[in-house]
Amino acid sequence: MSGKKIKVVLAKPGLDGHDRGVKVIARSLVEHGMEVVYLGLQQTPEAIVNAAIEEDADVIGLSVLSGSHMTQFKRVRELMLEHGIGDRLLTGGGIIPDKDRDRLVELGIGRLFGPGADIDEIANYIKEWAESRSAGTAET
Amino acid sequence: MTKNRDDTDNKALWLKNYWEGRLRDADFTTLSGQEVEPLYTPDHLADFDPDRDLGYPGQYPYTRGVHASMYRGRLWTKRQFAGMGTAEQTNQRFHFLLEKGQTGLSVAFDNPTLYGRDSDHPLSLGEVGKTGVAVDTLADMEIVFDRIPLGDVSTSMTINAPAAWIFAMFLATAEKQGIPFDRIRGTLQNDILKEFIAQKEWIFPPEPHLRLITDLMAFCSEQVPQYNTISISGYHIREAGSTAAQELAFTLADGFTYVEKAVAAGLDVDSFAPRLSFFFNSHLDFFEEIAKLRAARRIWARHLREKYGARNPRSWLCRFHVQTAGCSLTAQQPENNIVRTALEALAAVLGGCQSLHTNSMDEALALPSEKAVEIALRTQQVIAFESGVTNIADPLGGSYFIETLTNRMEEQAEEYFSKLERLGGMVAAIEQGFPQKEITRSAYEYQKAISRGTKYHIGVNHFINEQEKLEIPVLEIDENVEPDQLRRLTEVRRDRDTNAVQLRLEALKKSAAGRDNLIPPLLECVRVYASVGEITDSLIKVFGTYREPPFY
Repeated sequence: MSGKKIKVVLAKPGLDGHDRGVKVIARSLVEHGMEVVYLGLQQTPEAIVNAAIEEDADVIGLSVLSGSHMTQFKRVRELMLEHGIGDRLLTGGGIIPDKDRDRLVELGIGRLFGPGADIDEIANYIKEWAESRSAGTAET
Repeated sequence: MTKNRDDTDNKALWLKNYWEGRLRDADFTTLSGQEVEPLYTPDHLADFDPDRDLGYPGQYPYTRGVHASMYRGRLWTKRQFAGMGTAEQTNQRFHFLLEKGQTGLSVAFDNPTLYGRDSDHPLSLGEVGKTGVAVDTLADMEIVFDRIPLGDVSTSMTINAPAAWIFAMFLATAEKQGIPFDRIRGTLQNDILKEFIAQKEWIFPPEPHLRLITDLMAFCSEQVPQYNTISISGYHIREAGSTAAQELAFTLADGFTYVEKAVAAGLDVDSFAPRLSFFFNSHLDFFEEIAKLRAARRIWARHLREKYGARNPRSWLCRFHVQTAGCSLTAQQPENNIVRTALEALAAVLGGCQSLHTNSMDEALALPSEKAVEIALRTQQVIAFESGVTNIADPLGGSYFIETLTNRMEEQAEEYFSKLERLGGMVAAIEQGFPQKEITRSAYEYQKAISRGTKYHIGVNHFINEQEKLEIPVLEIDENVEPDQLRRLTEVRRDRDTNAVQLRLEALKKSAAGRDNLIPPLLECVRVYASVGEITDSLIKVFGTYREPPFY
């Protein structure tokens, strides 16, 4: 397990063409040694979770700048739980007000990054999550 | 000769002093990562020929501006883009603006309309009327322009993928007002190539979209001669993270592609080229932006005259609108955005723009407040009336640095044109993801420089205010807009002649499968209240859809 690359599925849900951020993150995570599957634009929550299962991804990252983050993140999280991959990390970013961010974190969603977030910080967050996860597995 | 020797000696002395002196440990490249030398001298312009490379304002190759008098004759148009909720609200806002003395209107549409979808399409849920007005049928367009004299105001519409049928609705509205088509003025964005490259709002594969654009150019050159049929846009390419040179190259290459398609369809270049206009970004690197805008005029003029054989000088003109860079604004310490926007606006003016939109300081966070919009407009007025820069055409012309940068911009654009040609043209390049990947690479390089701290974004990676609490306001959405719009769509569908709609949609499909100009059958469809989404679906049956391979 320890030698395996962290696998991340990235996607843009909904009618939102702002893909500059997600593509920069894709490149950055690859440079940090992760395996990245970018699904592209106009993805449905179902397609995203199916892809995560098929790819056996550790992490799902969503980029939402259209204001529909509450619907999209919630639905993806529900589907992850339904399909038994609730132990994977759901994270992401976009224009997400603090209030909404807090509510999403309560639902078991990981950190969400806003405008000006540092790309290395995002990669380090994922690495730390993966380390604590494998440490947790080792203990049990 | 003695003088030359002295000059050589002086230069050598200066260089010696330069290298022996103290130099800050800083990044001396442009925002786009271009190397900049510490000083520019006549040596940089050894091949410079003012007659060939500059000319005079209003003269080929138009490096110094498109008008002889530039801003002494007429200041740029201060055009602020705005959009809101329902057709009724938009109509009210238009009347308000006209009463205030504004002579041009600019329509923003909501997301479903931009994707050619009806308000009751599953993907439209929650999006109706959010970022602009929802238009489903001619009935909505009639309300938007109710009691607006379409023969007297110029009307710009920011719409691309379904531009042809939205424009058909606009023409049908004018018809109902009794306004002849040849009196209608304004600009349609209608630039699908930059959608494939950057903004990502398309319906069909590129070729059928290009045919619709050519059909519209042909139709308008005969019947709506005062309308600018396309606004070839670099703005979105830059916002997606391109460099200045990439913005310049891909935008002009898009323009050349439209020209080639129209010529291939049998149109005379001088019949449509005078109605082509451009839309550029103005970012933070002051001189780089000015050089980019000057180079755009020269390249367009040279290609149109030399390569495409245009004879009418109006076909050679690269006339453009500029908007300051939304992506340069920060959510942190938003007041700093006023200063950024002022610098960008000044670059646009020194670059010779025909119209300008200045962003409001809060645009990184939300739709702008009234106060912020007013400051943005006042910024333009300070430049226009207080700074003195409008007294003179192309004030930086002849500067060793600006001319060198302008030349370099042109060279880099020409390199991209050659690359695109080797890939089989812009459409083939888009299908191979070439411009998309180039842009992503630049966006990534920039983000890495921000992360390293070698490039500065004040308040984000340097000079951070640790006490600042970043608050993103929640978008306020009028909850009645969506149900109201759905109700109207249902009523229109109930009251219209369903049979006529079906017949005309069938006729449209037949024309689409053949080679007829599609604007007349589109007009027939919208006149009987066929909806935007019904027209989209009918055309998809013939043209198919497009899914972009996810490049990064």
